[in-house]
Amino acid sequence: MTSKTTFEIGIDDTLDCGSERSKIEEKKRSDMSDTQNTNATGGPASTLNHQAHSATFGTDEPLTLDSGVSLSPFTIGYNTYGTLNDDKSNVVLVCHALTGDQHAASPNPTNQKAGWWQAIIGPGKTIDTDRFFVICTNVIGGCHGSTGPQDENPETGKPYGMSFPVITIADMVRAQTKLIDRLGIQSLFCVIGGSMGGMQALQWAVDYPERVFSAIPLATAPRHSAQNIAFHEVGRQAVMADPEWHDGDYYEHDTRPHKGLAVARMAAHITYLSEAALFRKFDRNLQDADKISYGFGADFQIESYLRYQGTSFVDRFDANSYLYITRATDYFDLARDHDNVLAKAFINVKTRFCVVSFTSDWHYPTAYSKEIVKALNAAAGNVSFVEIDTDKGHDAFFLDEPEMIATLTGFISSAAQQRGLNS
Amino acid sequence: MSQNTPEAQARIDLLVIADLVEPGSRVLDVGCGAGDLLHLLSTEKQVDGRGIELSQRGVNACVTRGLSVVQGDADEDLRDYPDDAFDYVILSQTIQATHNPREVLAQMQRIGRRIIVSFPNFGHWRIRWQLGVHGRMPVTHTLDYQWYNTPNIHLCTVLDFAALCGELGLHIEQTRMLSGDQDRRVKKPGRRDNLFAEQAVFLVSRDPA
Repeated sequence: MTSKTTFEIGIDDTLDCGSERSKIEEKKRSDMSDTQNTNATGGPASTLNHQAHSATFGTDEPLTLDSGVSLSPFTIGYNTYGTLNDDKSNVVLVCHALTGDQHAASPNPTNQKAGWWQAIIGPGKTIDTDRFFVICTNVIGGCHGSTGPQDENPETGKPYGMSFPVITIADMVRAQTKLIDRLGIQSLFCVIGGSMGGMQALQWAVDYPERVFSAIPLATAPRHSAQNIAFHEVGRQAVMADPEWHDGDYYEHDTRPHKGLAVARMAAHITYLSEAALFRKFDRNLQDADKISYGFGADFQIESYLRYQGTSFVDRFDANSYLYITRATDYFDLARDHDNVLAKAFINVKTRFCVVSFTSDWHYPTAYSKEIVKALNAAAGNVSFVEIDTDKGHDAFFLDEPEMIATLTGFISSAAQQRGLNS
Repeated sequence: MSQNTPEAQARIDLLVIADLVEPGSRVLDVGCGAGDLLHLLSTEKQVDGRGIELSQRGVNACVTRGLSVVQGDADEDLRDYPDDAFDYVILSQTIQATHNPREVLAQMQRIGRRIIVSFPNFGHWRIRWQLGVHGRMPVTHTLDYQWYNTPNIHLCTVLDFAALCGELGLHIEQTRMLSGDQDRRVKKPGRRDNLFAEQAVFLVSRDPA
């Protein structure tokens, strides 16, 4: 890992967003210590109005999971941005992707990096915190403040590890409804998310059609394909093959399966990029001037980049959470509960949809988004669909893609007008 | 002469189409561009409108206007729509650019009760003159391309289109023959219409009137 430092500046989770994020004005970080309803407002007098929260649901409010297991007690870590209006009609629920967190528009307290969607959310931005009240929750099973496998199992007094119940996308959404109910919010103006976040947006509209005015699923799929499951299984096996994993009880052994998780991340990360972008950024460029080492060091820049992606990931993510959350996406199949006919899932859904895909996304290709669009049309749904031309692959939705911004801005502002939310 | 600019012609075409649509109906506009017709129909006729548009720029323009439009292609994507989904399926100045106009019309017939198609008439006397007398491929304000760069690969005359409707079992309810600022309502277009109409708008139906 000698070359690790080379990419520490300028490259974050995706090839390009690092440099983009560096442009974004850093807001003062909020304190995410596990206190209830901490009011830690970010930055100088701005209307980002960032607040970090944590909501715990006791044994009287259990979360009944798809598996039949009841999870209780459980906690949801979440951030809010902007201000809730009087009739609570201006709520935008932002759903994070596989390894994301609730720090969408404010710096991540663990590493001080800019929020993963700071390009999109903020005062005057596409999701305008001057107009909307943004909620972003850490998914159930996660490791950034919501209950997950690293938390204490009340029955044993030890971390859950692999005794944590298997969760689904619908469970993540169900947990979010508990929070939304507690906040006294009846209807969400918009549910938006990319990748696994898009799955949550779809699940919300299908399970709670009367509570979702508009939904924006980006770079997502109505079900996980065999190829998607295959890549996830490679990642999970890499974690489980690490001797430090200890059948998921590594917390007890005071160690972490860092090597296995890093390999999992490296394999997965390739699927988030595109060959064109790899060629553009790295080609066969050597890390060290012009000579190859005739060895197995990171001769090529792409190797060094991937190793950095792997090693930086393990610092911010729990390996068991990775197993559970990848499993949740593998189980995702929106049509399964509707006679395997996707259109039936959307019958009686009045939600306005804006579906967005990216030309170079081979993780969730455009064909998957078109399946959603086709099913919505077949169910007489209300849908707009745009395929954004980009070489940046699946992770393009994180980036400041001008065409995506134009589409989202247009859709959100017209939906706001239809909802009677005038600025 | 301002009426003869392409913009003015296009507007006449859209206004005529809007005139043919009954208020409050469900409409699919295939090749909806920046959404001018859908916008007109939703504001003037309170229709429940949907669109298909090939260009990203066009789709973005539509979405920004609050219109429900999907990026897609008339040749490929109409088959994804269920039977009888719409009261009207509209193809405005697009049929001549499709790969398989007969199949596109057949799909429209399946999806919608009524079909509205507007197209430039290749039988117009000025086009015939350019080809017949000058021996050159016609370039007019409605067909403003050279032979080597035109997207219009399946041009037809008013009589050709009427014949295709007959083949598909489509009943012509009304046609509008457009020339300059003239708009003539014709039940069954004849040879004279085929010579003098620059553009035509057909309202056709699956069921006999």
